[in-house]
Amino acid sequence: MFSFCSDPSQLDGFYWLSCYLTTGKHMGFYASFGTVLLLLAITAPTALAFGFFGASAARSNLAPLRWFGKGYISVVRGVPDIAFFLFFIIALDQGIEYLRHKVKCSDWDQPIRQGNDFIVCDAAKMPLGSAPQWIHESYGFTLAVLTFAIVFGAFAANVLFGAMRAVPRAQIETAEAYGMTRKQSFWRILVPQMWVYALPGLSNLWLVLIKATPLLFLLGIEDIVYWARELGGTKTSRFTDYPHGDWRVWYFLFLLVFYLAFTKVSEIFLELLMIRLTHGQATTGGEAQRKAA
Amino acid sequence: MKNLILTTTALTLVASFAFADGHAKTVRLGTEGAYPPYNFLNDDGEVDGFERELGDELCVRAELTCEWVVNDWDSIIPNLVSGNYDVIIAGMSITVERDEVIDFTQNYTQPDPSGYIALSMDVDLAGGVIAAQTGTIQASHIASTGATLVEFATSEETVAAVRNGEADAVLADKTYLKPIADEDASLMLIEQEELLGGGIGLGLRESDGELKEKLDAAIGAMKADGSLNALI
Repeated sequence: MFSFCSDPSQLDGFYWLSCYLTTGKHMGFYASFGTVLLLLAITAPTALAFGFFGASAARSNLAPLRWFGKGYISVVRGVPDIAFFLFFIIALDQGIEYLRHKVKCSDWDQPIRQGNDFIVCDAAKMPLGSAPQWIHESYGFTLAVLTFAIVFGAFAANVLFGAMRAVPRAQIETAEAYGMTRKQSFWRILVPQMWVYALPGLSNLWLVLIKATPLLFLLGIEDIVYWARELGGTKTSRFTDYPHGDWRVWYFLFLLVFYLAFTKVSEIFLELLMIRLTHGQATTGGEAQRKAA
Repeated sequence: MKNLILTTTALTLVASFAFADGHAKTVRLGTEGAYPPYNFLNDDGEVDGFERELGDELCVRAELTCEWVVNDWDSIIPNLVSGNYDVIIAGMSITVERDEVIDFTQNYTQPDPSGYIALSMDVDLAGGVIAAQTGTIQASHIASTGATLVEFATSEETVAAVRNGEADAVLADKTYLKPIADEDASLMLIEQEELLGGGIGLGLRESDGELKEKLDAAIGAMKADGSLNALI
């Protein structure tokens, strides 16, 4: 990185540290923070959308749709995250490849399952075996987002389902008295008012989601915890220009500070959102705001 | 003008051949990246070590385009079998149990004796607490002796367990332990060694016979002309 870094063994103190902290490996570490933040930025709205559809389905008038919604909520909430990650990702990946295989390689005469092996023709590979590594990583990332969204969507669905029922019945009755249809009263009265009841539950989910990202490494994505463990491990001088002892405690301390700071920022933001959502609502919080104004 | 068109056509043809060739066979090599000197991540964050050089050389000889993938040791066989990469090149010893699930090429190193490192020379290897990496031949060896086995996901953690007193000794490949013992005055290699496994080979899917033949031939060629020994 810097010109004086050519022979780190001659350096000490600040210069050594500035070289050490700018190695390619550390750049990978810093980049993984971006990966995690990007994952959160995409997953949170997606999971919320899944939750919204799940909750709407669970209170639908159509029986099959209601069963689907309720089934989604209870099954996914009941399965351990790690089992869901290991099973679902592999099943999803193989499912996609199986379908592509059926479409693209109809003249294939060998069985797809040979003992332990799952074999599809080269053209059906997802992504293609010849694709560069970053495509494989983006594909893994997409699968991760989808899985996180499904898992956290189920919890969000349950929170939103409860929040929809928490909106005072009188509000809906009034809407009906004004002649609104069921759809109109849902979108105009229920949805705008339910968020204030949903926010405490959703903020819990958000904080759990922030800390669930180390599951990413199961999918081959190198997240911040992987890098902290790799970088902090003992390095002997034969294999690196920067030998050091077991520094994992410092790296994990840094992660601790990062996560605590992230939690604090989230809390401030969620508090502001709560004030905004309470505004004008028929709750004690909304009433307090009205009196203070 | 005619010349120009001809040249362009020729160029396009060559380019598309090159393209097709490159696409014909890209082999993805899966490694752990945490087991020096076999494989580790260097300061630039790239896969490095003996197996990096070996793998690159084999790919040149077998005329394959290769791509390196880092994967956890724990899930390295399942991910091979489900097709995330095509070859395991991670210091994996050839054993009967593994051979039931995947295929191996011929070995590219002789069986490497496994050694112990500990904080003192008089540690009780027969009845003490011995650390080893999960799913290794060393772990199954300790399980078959009277000693208490503690397993860790990475070999780095096994050494840390000895340093902080959680385990009495580590059993691992001697080539892995030697540089660690050299550098850390408090750790020492114990004289007792275990001869485990049938040497290290490349792991492949059982259905991948064609690739196995190519790589087998390349390893054989490297053995014959002595370039493999030069790498070791």
